[in-house]
Amino acid sequence: MDVFADPDNRQLLLTGFAWILKLTGASAVISLLVGVLLAAMRVSPVPVLRWFGAGWVNVFRNTPLTLVIYFCYFGLFSTLGLDLADDLDLNTYWLGVIGLSTYTAAFVCEAIRSGINTVPTGQAEAARAIGLTFLQTLWLVVLPQAGRAVVAPLGSVLIALTKNATIVGTIGLAEAANAMKTLINNNGDEVITIFLVFAGVFVALLVPTGYLFNWLSNRLAARR
Amino acid sequence: MSSVLYDHPGPRARVRNSALTVVFGVALAGLFWWLYREFDNAGQWAPALWKPFLDADTWNNFILPGLWGTLSAAATGMVLALAFGIIFAVARLSERRWIGIPAGAIIEFCRAVPLLLMIFFLFYGLPFLIDGPVSAYWAVVIGLTLYNGSVLAEAFRSGIRSLPAGQSEAAYAIGLNKAQVMRHILVPQAARAMLPVIISQLVVLLKDTALGYIIAYPELIQLGVNVLSANYVNVMAAAIVIAAIYIVINSTLTGLAHWLDRRLMRTGQPSVTGKVATEPAGD
Repeated sequence: MDVFADPDNRQLLLTGFAWILKLTGASAVISLLVGVLLAAMRVSPVPVLRWFGAGWVNVFRNTPLTLVIYFCYFGLFSTLGLDLADDLDLNTYWLGVIGLSTYTAAFVCEAIRSGINTVPTGQAEAARAIGLTFLQTLWLVVLPQAGRAVVAPLGSVLIALTKNATIVGTIGLAEAANAMKTLINNNGDEVITIFLVFAGVFVALLVPTGYLFNWLSNRLAARR
Repeated sequence: MSSVLYDHPGPRARVRNSALTVVFGVALAGLFWWLYREFDNAGQWAPALWKPFLDADTWNNFILPGLWGTLSAAATGMVLALAFGIIFAVARLSERRWIGIPAGAIIEFCRAVPLLLMIFFLFYGLPFLIDGPVSAYWAVVIGLTLYNGSVLAEAFRSGIRSLPAGQSEAAYAIGLNKAQVMRHILVPQAARAMLPVIISQLVVLLKDTALGYIIAYPELIQLGVNVLSANYVNVMAAAIVIAAIYIVINSTLTGLAHWLDRRLMRTGQPSVTGKVATEPAGD
């Protein structure tokens, strides 16, 4: 463990995971909001909105995240001049958040849409029968019930998002994967220790998250 | 059941829906117009940027070799990941705990570690251990195998566990041993029942070959976007064309998965996919 006796190397590890957590946090919030909105569009009575939702999902679910992130940096920033922060790292961070959120929103949308399908049709029919509009039916009756079924899939999306945050390293942010690469290149004799520490942090973060979401999902599951 | 969320539109709802269609249609058109203008202001519609894609050389020198790099890594990865998945699923189900527990630990580990971290370890770290270079191709393929193989192992395992107990009981009753029951009775049925899940995971694998770009493996993004745009200075155009290629390939495969799903349901296969999560999570 000599590598991590050096405070500089410890700092590299900490900043790496700090970026991962910040990327995950911001992207999780934004992609959840956008994803719910997209899911609402996909089940709405207005065809234009359904097409837009379906188009978003098809485009971003089938494009590799690496390309999306690449496009955010070289397209939005370098070519179109979208400058989000004066600080170089902060700018890269926000470009990464845009890429991750756009991509993840497509998966959130599909998870929520399949959750909506688990709500018995009688619920929506009853809601319509008492005169609720589409938005009221969705917001007051269907979505709250779909929420229970959606916990486990959204948990998987969150775990995938955390792992995907490493891809923002492509555009130069010193997140965990890049930090590991730097450490490996400087300490060729302790490769295994370095990998196990970095991988271990991910395992320690994500395996409990997985169990937590499974537990939550079982607790919230509706008996039908 | 999207259609039950709103009533069949009457005259007023039809008027309202058409009004909303117009409003949102205009808003969307505005959004696309704005995008078009942004591109235009940056000079991105200049014919010189798009013309290379009409040129056979562009395809022969960059895009097709890149596509080959992507597809060959994906194909090897798919074969190895399927093998890995079946072996580890069976190992994890083993009654011998000294096989089952390590297999489970490896699966959980590979699923929790980001693929990029694994690829970096294989590409930058492993050479120090084996005292020789690791090719980008094998770093990508082995990374893809370990990660997607672990996910497939879990899919196979839940497939095997969802089969009716009568299947293995009947097989034991006619005198098959454990290995034969697995190989001849359980794995084929589980594989068939989980086929849609397996195919969506293979789409994920194909998409993940893009990570090869980061370690300079000559795949579709590396050659088709990075190197190509270094020659023609058209990053945006190249990224859009390559994205379109990915979208066509992946949605074809996804379409195949959905078609199989419907077909399996129609032929009365035990619908396992209804019981386990089938929606990909985006990794």
